[in-house]
Amino acid sequence: MSQGWLPVLTLATSLLVAPLIFALPERAWRARAVVNLSAAVLKILLVALLVLGFYQGRDFVFGFTVVEGASFLLQVDALGLMFAGLSSLLWLATTIYAIGYLEDSPNRKRFFGFFSLCVASTAGIALAGNLFTFLLFYELLTLSTYPLVVHRGHAKALAAGKVYLRYTVTGGLVLLLGVVALYALVGDVAFGQRERLADLGPDAYPLLTVLFLVLLVGLGVKAALVPLHGWLPRAMVAPAPVSALLHAVAVVKAGAFGIVRLVYDVYGISLVHELGLLTLLAAIASVTILFGSIRALSQQELKPRLAYSTISQVSYIVLGISLFGPFGTIAGLVHLMHQGLMKVTLFYCAGNYAEELGIHRIDELDGAGRRMPLTSLAFTVGALGMIGLPPVAGFISKWYLGIGAVQADMSWAIAVLAASSLLNAAYFLPIVHRLWFRQGPAHGRGRWPEERHLGRFETSTWLLLPTAATALFSILVGLLAGVPFSPLDLATFMATVEYLP
Amino acid sequence: MIERLGLSPAATPMENEAALWLVLVLPLLLGVLGAIARPSRTWPVAVAGLLPLLALGWLSSQVAGTTGKSGVVELGDLVLYWRVNGLTLLLLLLTYLIGLASALYAPAYLRDDVQALTWGQAWFWPLLGLLISSLALIWLAADLLSLYIGLELMGLTAVGLMLLPGKVEALVAGLRYLLLALVGSLAFLLGISLMLGAWGRLDLAGLAEVAEPGVLLWVAVGLLTGGLMLKAAAFPLHVWLVPVHAWAWIPVSAIHAGLVIKASFFIALQLWLLLVPEATVAAWMIGGLAGAAVVWGGVKAWRSAKLKEVVAWSTVSQLGYLLLAFPLLIGTDAAVADLAWQGTWLQLAAHGLAKAAMFLAAGNLILATGAARVEGLAGASRRFPLSLLSFGMAAISVVGLPPSMGFTAKWLLLHAALSGGHWAWMMVLAVGTLLSAAYVFRLFHYSFIEDAPEAEFRRVPWPMETVALLLALAALLLGLAAEWPLTLLRGAGDEP
Repeated sequence: MSQGWLPVLTLATSLLVAPLIFALPERAWRARAVVNLSAAVLKILLVALLVLGFYQGRDFVFGFTVVEGASFLLQVDALGLMFAGLSSLLWLATTIYAIGYLEDSPNRKRFFGFFSLCVASTAGIALAGNLFTFLLFYELLTLSTYPLVVHRGHAKALAAGKVYLRYTVTGGLVLLLGVVALYALVGDVAFGQRERLADLGPDAYPLLTVLFLVLLVGLGVKAALVPLHGWLPRAMVAPAPVSALLHAVAVVKAGAFGIVRLVYDVYGISLVHELGLLTLLAAIASVTILFGSIRALSQQELKPRLAYSTISQVSYIVLGISLFGPFGTIAGLVHLMHQGLMKVTLFYCAGNYAEELGIHRIDELDGAGRRMPLTSLAFTVGALGMIGLPPVAGFISKWYLGIGAVQADMSWAIAVLAASSLLNAAYFLPIVHRLWFRQGPAHGRGRWPEERHLGRFETSTWLLLPTAATALFSILVGLLAGVPFSPLDLATFMATVEYLP
Repeated sequence: MIERLGLSPAATPMENEAALWLVLVLPLLLGVLGAIARPSRTWPVAVAGLLPLLALGWLSSQVAGTTGKSGVVELGDLVLYWRVNGLTLLLLLLTYLIGLASALYAPAYLRDDVQALTWGQAWFWPLLGLLISSLALIWLAADLLSLYIGLELMGLTAVGLMLLPGKVEALVAGLRYLLLALVGSLAFLLGISLMLGAWGRLDLAGLAEVAEPGVLLWVAVGLLTGGLMLKAAAFPLHVWLVPVHAWAWIPVSAIHAGLVIKASFFIALQLWLLLVPEATVAAWMIGGLAGAAVVWGGVKAWRSAKLKEVVAWSTVSQLGYLLLAFPLLIGTDAAVADLAWQGTWLQLAAHGLAKAAMFLAAGNLILATGAARVEGLAGASRRFPLSLLSFGMAAISVVGLPPSMGFTAKWLLLHAALSGGHWAWMMVLAVGTLLSAAYVFRLFHYSFIEDAPEAEFRRVPWPMETVALLLALAALLLGLAAEWPLTLLRGAGDEP
């Protein structure tokens, strides 16, 4: 049975909210919040329907021809569903957060409009059924994120926007060339039709290798693979909710998601293995993981440290893919979800500290656990998860990665993993230590940089709620990893049923 | 190619030619009416503007289901040829839409912005009508004489419209344009006379049959092409374009950049496909010029200090994309030519809509900020979001980012270049994309500045905002609905 309208509707919820928000006047913040939140809730329901239908074995396909040999195609598979779920969940959380964060600041209409467009692009990326459609939304994401990055409008933000565009527009162009070349070679390939490329035979292997590299460069810019990561730390000037979304589901993840699609759904893991590209992928991922962690160590400010940590963490996904085996695959796929939840929590916390206490530097955090216990607790959960301690979600990813590395006979990958975990601990634990065990302004020593009392609790409820919720989710997906519908369950399904030969 | 241009004998005559005449003459009649009425409101223009569209609907209903219609008009000894097919209909529709947008923009603009004198207003309408009529003649004509008449009428009315602001600078730029346009016409006329002397006929279909390759043909084609390229502002013959736009009225700029220069391109491409369809080397040379146009126009647009100059230089650059049609259509295999054929006309339509929208939106921004310079946009995203949004959406199509029509067109051209293995043309498209992103985002960069001083700004009348917005929306969203115009194009020749 085919129901095309459901994915279209899912996409439309966030896509159509954007013009609605642009149409509302700037001061109508209540109406805007109502529209935005109800759309976000509606979207979660629609994604839930999709998940339900998918488990019942229904097909959701929607498509039409755009030009000869290229069609617009939405379809639902397990990987896309996972990404769509993450995107819709974090849209709701981040919208709540952003309403609190941007209270009384200018240009909120513009912000929320482009924010919805940005989320719509991620939903489109998740549901895209072929490379052409993926490319459409991938570029739309670039466009809709730019106004968010430069939102503050000061010189530093504008400079960061320039760098961001230089990287992403060029990356998008490279990706476009690669996609067009692939279409010229084999025509319109829907995701999952892996045999089309494999059928070309060994004569086409050199060409396919070159094309893979071109596409990888195009996607690697957004995924912030070293050496294409230069834009990411600078884009940190964006407001906290934007950074949170950028790192958890939007830009960086879109790149990683694209790489997963490329390896599993366009080329097929066997073909990539045959081309000898998995080793290259593993090497790039390892370099990125270590580089990101080492650079994170030397950052004195909270947000840049988190940014470099993202560079490192997202490459776990790529590393998982490149370990040719079920456990590596599961680890890579599930980390897509896990990293998103944990990183968004950490960014919310960073935003909370900045808003409530004016804290931007790490050495200002002394004793903040006493002043803001819930936020600090959430931060601790996220940090421990990143290091890979049970029962937080990150543990599952690392555990499977480790087993995957053993299975794939790549013991050096274990060394990378161990080194990176140590580095993670080295840059996260000192923060946790400062939060809980150092004496600070809350104990009567010195003053917070810029203290405000935003709400009844330790900070505004709008800010606190999403922080607590995502922290809770990070623990839950770790604890309940074994139950059906959990990310691990989806990832296992994908790895064993769909992707591996 | 001859079938695709609708010039094959398969095209049948039409029973009732009234629709054809209506499509040709109605814009001119309405223009004359406009000179008498001098509308100062938008709605009468909107009502009048619907009439040509209805006439076009009538014409297309008569052509529907056939590969095209053709026929002759006999005036004593003189025989003029015409034809209608899918491509013609598409170009006519584009012309009417952009013409209507300019006309709708004009009343508020003439009243509020330039405060045009009565004589200026009185001349604007008939000249606009004549311009649209002459464009329609060019799309329909199937012989060199009618094409010459259309080209000459179009050139002179365009110069007339450019002179209307009455400022000294506008006069200087306009007269230079006139001089160059006359040189172009002279070259064109010489080419025609050579053809007439050698083969004794001017109808395109007949010439395609009898013309023999040789020095004479090349001299004639060279003269015709040279004249047309001068009028199309193709690199390196583009010098007149930017100064002219700097002083022209906004609706005039919109229709000029959106349509007028494309007419010359259309004639040139048509002549090459018919008369020298095997001239691969010469087509490559035009491709080289196309690359130079893309790069030079892009760099100049990037460095320009004034908003209108950015938009005008971008036209030079974008015309380079169109000129790629020569090397992609001439001497390539059928699959490549098919893709390039669709890509070229889609690019023409995309650029027409987007560039017209861009000029109208730029006019709104200039009116609102009172500043012609790019720096004047500082803080625009907060103060006039709607004008900026229109400009932005049109710009996205110019850069060729999805989901715009420019993207779909670029996709087709890239596909053609890659499947034919033409790496050079692929590079031209890639470099063009990067350069256009550079000049477009430079403007956005200014618009997001927050700490700009609060300057005085004027409200833009709502008809001007709406027209720009609608045109930009069309350029942005029609990219995904490209199947319809493309079937129209395919219907023109592929099916027997």
